[in-house]
Amino acid sequence: MTNHKPSIAVYKFSSCDGCQLSLLNMEDEILDLAKVVNIAFFLEATRVIQPGPYDIAIVEGSITTPHELERIKEVRRESKILVALGTCATAGGIQALRNFEDAGQYANTVYAHPEYLNYLKTATPISEHVTVDLELWGCPVNKAQVIEVILALLNNRKPNLPPYSVCMECKRHGTVCVLVDKGIPCLGPATQAGCGALCPSCGRGCYGCFGPFRGANVESLSETLQSIERYPGETLRLFRNISGYAPSFRKTADKLLNMEAKK
Amino acid sequence: MNNIEVSALARVEGEGGLYIGLENGKAVEIRLDIYEPPRFFEGFLQDRFLQEVPDITARICGICPVAYQMSSAFALENALDIKISPQARALRRLMYCGEYIESHALHIYMLQAPDLLGKESVFEVAAIAPDVVTNALRLKKIGNEILKTIGGRSVHPVNVCVGGFYQWPDAAPLKALLPDLEWGLQSALDCVKWAVTLPYPDLEVDYEFVALHHPDEYAVIEGEVWSSKGHKVSIADYETRYIEEHVKHSNALHGHTVDGNTYLVGPLARLNLNYEQLLPRAKQALVENKISLPIKNPYKSLIARAVELVQFYKEAIELVKAYKPEGPAHVELKLKAGEGTGATEAPRGLLYHRYKIDDNGMIQFAKITPPTAQNLPRIEADLFALAPQIVSMDEDKATRTAEHLVRAYDPCISCATHFLKLKVEEK
Repeated sequence: MTNHKPSIAVYKFSSCDGCQLSLLNMEDEILDLAKVVNIAFFLEATRVIQPGPYDIAIVEGSITTPHELERIKEVRRESKILVALGTCATAGGIQALRNFEDAGQYANTVYAHPEYLNYLKTATPISEHVTVDLELWGCPVNKAQVIEVILALLNNRKPNLPPYSVCMECKRHGTVCVLVDKGIPCLGPATQAGCGALCPSCGRGCYGCFGPFRGANVESLSETLQSIERYPGETLRLFRNISGYAPSFRKTADKLLNMEAKK
Repeated sequence: MNNIEVSALARVEGEGGLYIGLENGKAVEIRLDIYEPPRFFEGFLQDRFLQEVPDITARICGICPVAYQMSSAFALENALDIKISPQARALRRLMYCGEYIESHALHIYMLQAPDLLGKESVFEVAAIAPDVVTNALRLKKIGNEILKTIGGRSVHPVNVCVGGFYQWPDAAPLKALLPDLEWGLQSALDCVKWAVTLPYPDLEVDYEFVALHHPDEYAVIEGEVWSSKGHKVSIADYETRYIEEHVKHSNALHGHTVDGNTYLVGPLARLNLNYEQLLPRAKQALVENKISLPIKNPYKSLIARAVELVQFYKEAIELVKAYKPEGPAHVELKLKAGEGTGATEAPRGLLYHRYKIDDNGMIQFAKITPPTAQNLPRIEADLFALAPQIVSMDEDKATRTAEHLVRAYDPCISCATHFLKLKVEEK
């Protein structure tokens, strides 16, 4: 490696700050990380702003305002590698719930003067607007996975991320299946691994915050879940939540709504 | 003074801007512009099942998700007329200890201290004082470990539910934290000692402090809403005295009292109103370090946070020692239509929630008043008070002093601010 320290820029779009906080929560690693990379732009951590271009841009949040729409294009122009960090950046996140309703109505519910606001009708993932080189899901992302991604990028290799669903993590931990054993609706079979199967290990069902697992038979899971609902519409609400705008969850929820409408 | 323009205020959460309009060397207009995109949480909550609410409201803030989970859980329990078990209540306090520890350690060392030490970031502080930063990171990590042990992860933990907890966490990993917690208590005491030596800018403000008050404990999760002007209202009556309004330059609502006055929530308000309920060790820290109350300098919120670090480390030790899970972790819910309010003290201040639910437990109405919305008008007023001092400073110092003031509030402008522009304009 040359003496050139790769530069990293961290950006926030519409989000809760929780994913970039995962960087500051690397209590054991952050000082070492600061030695091997040049933290060139990270407003939550430092006033210093070094001009681009940057080797790696880490982007948190979804695109929800006209200004953000412009800004993400600038970020892309300034960056060699762009990483979308967290479910807001990869799928719109919780903010994307507005995509299924009339955002104007939400504005009226929350704000006395919606005319003061300047927002888009939709909250969309980064990849709808610019080319994204790498996506890391999670609401919030898993700190260990963030470290893995940064290490992989620094070493010019592919990050080692689990290619299976949350179910595998339960099996590995010896967590008894909440769905089969207790009849608790769980999105684990259709959700990307990465969190460590936290919800089932607390005796509750997964609510899909790491996004859809690609090989999942979502339709079959949806049927199973409908047969064990604890309140009417539970399956629909499970799919239409934090990762609800991700294509396979979105389609499943739409289908449930259509069935509802035909009844 | 010439126009000052800073492209970004760093080390705060969210996006906003700062405008100071001057006329003959006096500030005539000050605005804290909040650009942080509007996020429609109260809208999203409509027609969701009540048990989903703590998971959704957590997403308002990655730094204080526990506060949002707690206020919503208490409000919904209130709507259903259920009371959680004493063990669940103690575990919620312990969880809150974890959040206070990680949030305060983050703010003290990584967000505000660089201002007081003339540095741009914690990385620069690490270069001159590596031990301070190493200790700071450990102090913060222990808070996150508490959250992880109880809730699975520190950001958006998954174990809190309406009725209590989904499952009791195992006692062994909690007890295993005790040596770290004892170390943390000592470090927190050192933190107070260090905090009182820092060079704070001068500014004394006659605040109306507002915080929860509880006769038997340092109020965090239940109590009455007290004001330093002598007003006391129940949580259910909060909205009869404290209201929010939507102003043009801000995507965050602005709070004030019904009399139209600004007020302050957060660590200064809590410490000034509730010091009698501090644990003896934290009280002793006040005496040992000759800290006299009330503290009215907003920059010195850091001292209040340091004292709270002692309080919550000590309380965490006691709660962990006493932790003995018995009986069900949550009360079974009997659904019925109703309305409920809940308020808890987030690290940044009072966080109020109100919900209406129908017979099936679906949310019909939600109202959330975050601490930063209540403090925004107060930050603007403080900048007015600060203006005569900063107009005589050079641009760089003026900018830093104004930025530092905003940061000292620990504003959560995502609950909000990554592009806080300071613009000082001669009219």
